[in-house]
Amino acid sequence: MNEIQELYQQVILDHNKNPRNFGELPQHSHYAEGHNPLCGDHIDVYLDIENDIIKDLRFVGAGCAISKASASIMTTLLKGKNVAEARELFHEFHKIVTTDIQQNIDELDLGKLAVFCGVREFPARVKCASLAWHTLIQALDNAQNSKN
Amino acid sequence: MNEYTLDQYNECVETDCDPYNIKGIREDFPILKTLVHGKPLVYLDNAATTHKPRQVINAVNAFYAEYNSNIHRGVHKLSQIATDKYEDARRTVKSFINAKHLEEIIFTSGTTDSINLVVSSYGRKFLKEGDNVIISTMEHHSNIVPWQMLREEKNIELRVIPIDENGDLIFDEFVKLIDENTKFVSVTHISNALGTVNPIKHIIEKAHESNIPVLIDGAQSVHHTKIDVQYLDCDFFVFSGHKIYGPTGIGILYGKKEFLEKMPPHKGGGDMILSVRFDRTIYNDLPYKFEAGTPNIAGAIGLAEAIKYIDDICIKVIARHENELLNYATNLINELDGVRIIGNARNKSSVISFVMDNAHPHDIGTMLDIDGVAIRTGHHCAEPVMRRYKIPATARASFGLYNTKEEIDVLINSIIKVNKMFS
Repeated sequence: MNEIQELYQQVILDHNKNPRNFGELPQHSHYAEGHNPLCGDHIDVYLDIENDIIKDLRFVGAGCAISKASASIMTTLLKGKNVAEARELFHEFHKIVTTDIQQNIDELDLGKLAVFCGVREFPARVKCASLAWHTLIQALDNAQNSKN
Repeated sequence: MNEYTLDQYNECVETDCDPYNIKGIREDFPILKTLVHGKPLVYLDNAATTHKPRQVINAVNAFYAEYNSNIHRGVHKLSQIATDKYEDARRTVKSFINAKHLEEIIFTSGTTDSINLVVSSYGRKFLKEGDNVIISTMEHHSNIVPWQMLREEKNIELRVIPIDENGDLIFDEFVKLIDENTKFVSVTHISNALGTVNPIKHIIEKAHESNIPVLIDGAQSVHHTKIDVQYLDCDFFVFSGHKIYGPTGIGILYGKKEFLEKMPPHKGGGDMILSVRFDRTIYNDLPYKFEAGTPNIAGAIGLAEAIKYIDDICIKVIARHENELLNYATNLINELDGVRIIGNARNKSSVISFVMDNAHPHDIGTMLDIDGVAIRTGHHCAEPVMRRYKIPATARASFGLYNTKEEIDVLINSIIKVNKMFS
């Protein structure tokens, strides 16, 4: 697989074309808006969290294939998880896209997130891939702040 | 409309210019031999910055290797040589844009710096609450934000000339925006995002009917079109070195002497003073009044060399070559399914912004990069333009004097690959 095919794997192209959980979530408990001022990418992440469990989450956004697929895959991974598990997945994802290219990653451990290993080859695209995840964390943190 | 644009130059017969020696020109640019991802570099990001010919690189090297010194102060030999070269560079710029007086040429760090100088010196001194400044929708952020900062401070009003679907400035709307409180017009000559060549001669004439000074942002134009500031009669003209095959960190503010003389210095420091005492400091004369601190001497020398390089090839011939590339690429892109060019102005410079139905500009940029093709993707520091077309970003290919039709073929093949991948 060459580097461009690894970046744009079928899974990513599919999620880009048919993003899952795309649209607003009128009944949400958590929300954040993410913005990448360098490229103009924009995303809204909505979560409905009840008793620490992410019952539902959706996103709306305009961005490249990498950012859209990343947001879409994120929503499929997080539904039903608790907040701590969501944060743990964020750390895992972050590691995947920022680990040095020389270092091997055991793709078997990563499950669905493995498709983002190719992003490491393209430092300029790491921000695209992480926008949705950072926005997710922002949404979780926002809610915590508002409770204080 | 009789406009002062590329067309005029493309029509003329260049009896005094040699035929276009593209092979020789490409030999002058060492970076063009670079391989990117194992492929020959196809550099189509010239509106962002241009590459430097060895003549410029050698001139900058020579300054540091042979006569590096500070200017305007030493009595020693090297300082004298450096001073002479720096002032020679000013003369080269003067004749390049046909300024009337040498002291009308101010060295700055670039276009952004030049505009900020005018806003903070002229704007702060002469604009007051209730005054308005006219800019256009297609301005680069560097000709928007400084005026907004002045608006914060002075409570002036910012008026924006709209553009039509093709990316042409709507001249009638400009005329309507002018009233007795209009105190400044600041517009770009050529749009970096759309390639539109604005009818600046007409804009200047119209503004001058009401005695309104005009600044022209020439960052995208001065290397594509012969600029004659006396013919244009603009009050300020600004541009950057690095976009015209010169070094980064050097740029020019041209201002009519009558304006520059009444403007206060915007920065204090060495070189801009005649005498400093704690009770009173006397400022230096033009152009030094606006050149506080040790300037970018190597940059100025490199810029002069870049101008000589352009002059040697002949700017009219360069314009014709780039226009051929523009037409060639435009026709090929228009034939592609799912690709749309943003900006189809009557007069265009060699900039093509485009979007694709199935692929976001960033994905286009990454795919092209793998083929060695360097383009720019994003909002091009012109967010209001993107908003006008309701798009988040574009992919932009911009051509320079060293580009070839073969390189455009590589671009087109690469775009076709993107189409296949994302369809």
